Amino acid sequence: MHNEHSDTHFQLRIDNGEHIEAKDYMPENYRKHLIRQMSQHAHSEVIGMQPEGNWITRAPSLRAKQILLAKIQDEGGHGLYLYSAVETLGVSRSELIEQLQSGKAKYSSIFNYPALNWADIGAIGWLVDGAAIVNQVSLQRTSYGPYSRGMVRICKEESFHQRQGYEIMAKMMAGTKDQQAMAQDAMNRWWWPSLMMFGPHDTNSPHSSDAVKWKIKRETNDELRQKFIDKTIPQAELIGLVVPDKNIKLDDNTGHYTISEINWDEFNRVISGHGPCNKQRIDHHIKYHNEGEWVREAAIAFKKKHTKKELETV
Amino acid sequence: MSTDTQFDLWEVFIQSKSGLPYMHAGSVHASDNKMALQNARDIYTRRGEGTSIWVMPSKYIVASNPDDNDMLFDPANDKAYRHPTFYTMPEGAKNI
Repeated sequence: MHNEHSDTHFQLRIDNGEHIEAKDYMPENYRKHLIRQMSQHAHSEVIGMQPEGNWITRAPSLRAKQILLAKIQDEGGHGLYLYSAVETLGVSRSELIEQLQSGKAKYSSIFNYPALNWADIGAIGWLVDGAAIVNQVSLQRTSYGPYSRGMVRICKEESFHQRQGYEIMAKMMAGTKDQQAMAQDAMNRWWWPSLMMFGPHDTNSPHSSDAVKWKIKRETNDELRQKFIDKTIPQAELIGLVVPDKNIKLDDNTGHYTISEINWDEFNRVISGHGPCNKQRIDHHIKYHNEGEWVREAAIAFKKKHTKKELETV
Repeated sequence: MSTDTQFDLWEVFIQSKSGLPYMHAGSVHASDNKMALQNARDIYTRRGEGTSIWVMPSKYIVASNPDDNDMLFDPANDKAYRHPTFYTMPEGAKNI
């Protein structure tokens, strides 16, 4: 084979359905796109622990508390799978954390909304994790090997997250009038932000075309959003929840639901830092990172002491 | 001075069932081998994914260079005598 370091050869490999591994040649923009997308994904997993963590001490039963703890631990784990996959591209963990804390790197705008009551935990699991799963299932076939393998691992764990959320919603909808109202209120607040998780329309998505050409993304924002809409609306109706959109219609010809236009002003406002909780999320991350300093110091001191002992006994 | 270290990088290998080969699962950060093993357990085997874990510092892994693939992994098709089908067996030979 000739000129393995050319973009043409790289594109040929992609078109053949080959996976790209860390040491393989890749165009600089492919690497950049991956670092941006994967780190954004990792940060989302980690920041996503905050709105739910808020409810651990207030879970309504021991069962609910155990489940929530396990789910949040999974999110932390998912963040770590993804961070280690990004690091294969030659960025250090410290740089990634620094980019998150300085606001240079983004995370999913959904986590800038507050979890106001227990029904929100149901809505987050069902809708937010549900939307994330649609995206992640598709990303299992992404062209970058370490990312793809991370996604496979994440998808295996993620389906319990969505089911536990839907179970909370179904239980509340089978409960008292007040509980039903709480569930509906959570649905009203989380529906639209969940649809925004898929990002801007394809016609307005600055990074989409390269990402599709390089098979980083296997389906476009709008295709993925439609999949989520089509499977979620019947789930809502089954338990008596009303989707907060008067224009929802099932198109009999296509089998797809049509919806009203998404409020992109809100999306842009939240993503540019003016959502309800943007500042709180980052401040919290910085605070706990700094407060963990003594643990890091202790671990290093422990290591030094043991290395010294080992050398002495040789 | 602040110790804003993220520790060393370790690679994690998991054996999913006894008798099967160890497979690379991903990596963890840890300050020493005990922490590496504990982190690998917590991150990669929360649902019975493994019966045994290996961890090793990533810096000790030596990997081949993709540029050398043609040379290293030449299938040597001109050495057909490496395959059992190359040989002619006498008519009627069994169990061979």
